[in-house]
Amino acid sequence: MSRFKFEAVWAEFDTILAGVGLTIALSIGAIVLGSVLAVALVAVRTLLGRWAGHLVDAYVELMRNTPFLVQLFMIFFGLPLIGVKMTGEWAALLAMTLNLGAYASEIIRAGVDSIHKSQLEAGESLALTRWQVFRYVILKPAFARVWPALSSQFVLMMLASSICSFIAVRELSGVASIIEQNTFRSFEVYIVVTVLYLALALTLKASLLWLGGRLFPNTSGLARIEAKGSAV
Amino acid sequence: MATFGWPEFFFILRSAGWTLLLTALAFVIGGAFGAALAILRLSENRILRGFASGYILVIQSIPVLMVLFMSYYGLSLFGIELPAFFAASLSLSIYVSAYLAEIWRGSIESVPFQQWEASSSLALTRAQQYRYVILPQALRIALPPTVGFLVQLVKNTSIVSVVGFVELSRAGALVNQATFLPFQVFSVVALIYFLICFPLSRLSRHLEKVMHAGRRH
Repeated sequence: MSRFKFEAVWAEFDTILAGVGLTIALSIGAIVLGSVLAVALVAVRTLLGRWAGHLVDAYVELMRNTPFLVQLFMIFFGLPLIGVKMTGEWAALLAMTLNLGAYASEIIRAGVDSIHKSQLEAGESLALTRWQVFRYVILKPAFARVWPALSSQFVLMMLASSICSFIAVRELSGVASIIEQNTFRSFEVYIVVTVLYLALALTLKASLLWLGGRLFPNTSGLARIEAKGSAV
Repeated sequence: MATFGWPEFFFILRSAGWTLLLTALAFVIGGAFGAALAILRLSENRILRGFASGYILVIQSIPVLMVLFMSYYGLSLFGIELPAFFAASLSLSIYVSAYLAEIWRGSIESVPFQQWEASSSLALTRAQQYRYVILPQALRIALPPTVGFLVQLVKNTSIVSVVGFVELSRAGALVNQATFLPFQVFSVVALIYFLICFPLSRLSRHLEKVMHAGRRH
């Protein structure tokens, strides 16, 4: 067995850091845009008619039952043919957003379904508009309730961003394979990159937990009220 | 330039067989390992518990792609040159074990603790408690999320194409390179994945309803 040589990997550390940067940028971009898409999908499903709801369902099922890799290939190889040219990075961001949007909408929908009908009636009796009811009575409590599930989905998406290296995007695993080809120190490269992914995932998890506490400070109080209500 | 005809279609369809085989292998091997991990995770021994939760945390916090590269290049470092198929099944099994362990731990834990107390007051050993009291109940709870996870597994087999193993998505990529018809080729590939995954998704949701009906709360 050959001895480990990490020197070659450390020499390329700037490249690795750039990869970390792109992974973070893609993940945060997809989390923000994917959440917006998810809320839009839930809004369409809740506020518009049945046919719009069916369309949303079809989209969600399609995204959830095909691999991210195939979606990425479809976008990266397919879109240029119909005149939409984009770099690998933008194709990656688009694919991640479309994928995460579908998963997140399904999670948020579960939260929306858990809001009791009497809450909506209470909102309406306070003369809130349909949109206000959706935003304050449905969406915010729903988000608060599903935040843990949503957080895990965000972390999974960050990990799945590694698949974007398949279309030569130079995010963390993309730069790993470049360095591996240059140095032939496969195992050393991948062990460093794996540790970096581990650190990224744990940091993201902790940040989302913190963010959840800031965004929804009253969740525990809400849950308590819920528990009392259901016991009656 | 080749066209996208029946031979290409059947090439893609055949490679779906490899996807299914990989899924089955990873599920059986990873499932066995995952079951052991779930039991370890709930063991009374702190070291065993710590090992299991550490393993689960690490594997769930790194991309499957990295598990694949690590097992592919890691083993060749020890002079073991594995064919791509074995490296693929090994890494997918490792991935499966961590997720199933966590699902099954949750299922075992959701069996009311009075069941443990009642069975230990009947002087059952821990193995007997699992075998006759806990696992039969945990199984009902575990079934829907396990089937749901199978969908994730089927989809994640797509990434083993990176070590050169020709399964469904790699077959699609090869045909795409030859034909430059990405929409047609990847639509067919996506459709085959969908036909495998969608029934499983529905089954999982159906089981959830059926299993819930039996439990009153």
